[in-house]
Amino acid sequence: MNVHQSLTAARSVESLPVAPAPVANDAMVRFEAVSKVYPAYRDKPSVQALQDIDFAIPRGSITGVIGRSGAGKSSLVRLINGLEKPSSGRVVVDGRDVSALAGRELRLAQRSIGMIFQHFNLLSSRTAADNIALPLEIAGWSKADIAARVAELLELVGIADKYDRYPSELSGGQKQRIGIARALATRPNVLLSDEATSALDPQTTRSILDLLANINRELGVTIVLITHEMSVVRQLAKEVVVIDSGHIVERGHVAEIFTHPKHPVTQAFLSEVIGDSVPVSLASRLVPQPIVGGKAVIRLQILGTDAGDTIVARLARELSSDVAVLSARIDEIGGQHVGSLTLGVPGGEAAAIQAISYLTRQKFSAERLGYVA
Amino acid sequence: MSRELINLIIQATGESLFMVSVAALVAASFGVPIGVFLATSRRGELFAAPAANSILGVIVNATRSTPFIILVVAIIPFTRLIAGTSIGSGAAIVPLTIAAAPFIARLVEAAIREVDGGLIETASSFGASPLQIVFKVLIPEALPGLVLALTLAVVSLLGYSAMVGAVGGGGLGDLGIRYGYQRFMPEMMLAVVVVLIALVQTVQTAGDYLARRVNRRVRHR
Repeated sequence: MNVHQSLTAARSVESLPVAPAPVANDAMVRFEAVSKVYPAYRDKPSVQALQDIDFAIPRGSITGVIGRSGAGKSSLVRLINGLEKPSSGRVVVDGRDVSALAGRELRLAQRSIGMIFQHFNLLSSRTAADNIALPLEIAGWSKADIAARVAELLELVGIADKYDRYPSELSGGQKQRIGIARALATRPNVLLSDEATSALDPQTTRSILDLLANINRELGVTIVLITHEMSVVRQLAKEVVVIDSGHIVERGHVAEIFTHPKHPVTQAFLSEVIGDSVPVSLASRLVPQPIVGGKAVIRLQILGTDAGDTIVARLARELSSDVAVLSARIDEIGGQHVGSLTLGVPGGEAAAIQAISYLTRQKFSAERLGYVA
Repeated sequence: MSRELINLIIQATGESLFMVSVAALVAASFGVPIGVFLATSRRGELFAAPAANSILGVIVNATRSTPFIILVVAIIPFTRLIAGTSIGSGAAIVPLTIAAAPFIARLVEAAIREVDGGLIETASSFGASPLQIVFKVLIPEALPGLVLALTLAVVSLLGYSAMVGAVGGGGLGDLGIRYGYQRFMPEMMLAVVVVLIALVQTVQTAGDYLARRVNRRVRHR
């Protein structure tokens, strides 16, 4: 037994009587062989929304669930707070099998799971403060406790001055802040976000995502983000689950998944960020045959390679010619660079082949798009 | 117009207001819950009871499709059972209520169905019970629509109340028929119509004002 093993053993023996929790309990939410079928009704055929969903969401994490519309994201998130029941399998939230609960027990469990919505879903008849108070009224809090908690929440989401405004008097971002405050009112340990920023402009989206990141950091609330927008996952999530037609097709750390995308859906989402389309003006000039005195156009993908920033210079040195950058897009996902460069290499087919073989040796994926004058 | 006739008009107006207000209150106390139930009891809804929903729907439709004057006569035994008599303004309240309740129920159903389904889901998501959803979400959110529905019901009741004169119900309509038409006193007819117009205007204006006051969906400041 080496030192490390004996240390681990000692720790586990010590902690046994206090916390006999197995490793799996580190999950805040656990899907166990979950399937969801919406039965046929009248003229509508039955729909298999989710199939064999098996995964865990770590406690305190920010997990993005990304997929196209109709992939089953909404069903998935609604299984977590019991708005939907699985057709088979279990959904365990904080050690409790939510799928087995009903009536009063389910309603009590739902108080520890907050949810925010794409269209905010605020009551138009209540002010900001009264909207935030609603879950507390429902949970039977006293008036004084509600007032104190609402003031705290208004402060937390940064709209204390808007407490007496009705939703019709507020902007989208302010409405979503109220939605977030309301979702957090009963001090839940999970926050579900169902496309919460899809109705907001990019700048407001950014500020709402920052707020969510803050909440995760300060309050330790586990956040599950449902989205069809890559930018949301990129900015906020640490873990990602890619789902397509009711199946999980990939999951893991954001940086890992998006630097080594395997499934076509993941690749499609990634291309939103790295922009694999060629600029229109360039595409119109591309020809399949080399042009005398022209350039070979080569596209190079940068996926999590630290060396990305010097590759153009190194390629130029290798070829002993000036390499032109025709278009470029590099972004950061989970601390890793991802993007693509479109390069112009002077010369014909021989130059193109030489460039691609050099890039491939340097572990880049590169392809020839054609030639320009 | 003689003092005597003016007194008649005042008395008839009082009778009409009495019949309409009592009937409206009683009808609303039945019609609003029935309407809420109709709006929330279809398959997959809050109080899902599709069979009860269909049966109630048929009863409501049946009552609504019976012409009011026939309803008045048809339920005379029931009226006698409830009011002890079938004659007079008090007795007239019974058929008025029975006619107005299903009408209110349908209007309430429509107003409640206008509430965004997402709000029901939202309230469910933080553990609201179906009754809490009705009282804390559906009714407050539908309030402007509910106020307009009740206004419409009161205006219709004013119209119905003119017909109960046929069974000795009294009120403005009765006065108009007996004096204005049968005794051929056009000035009486005119007076009755003017009073009815004024009443309807007042009710509608008050209802509109109230509905606007409780409506927070639009900015007004």
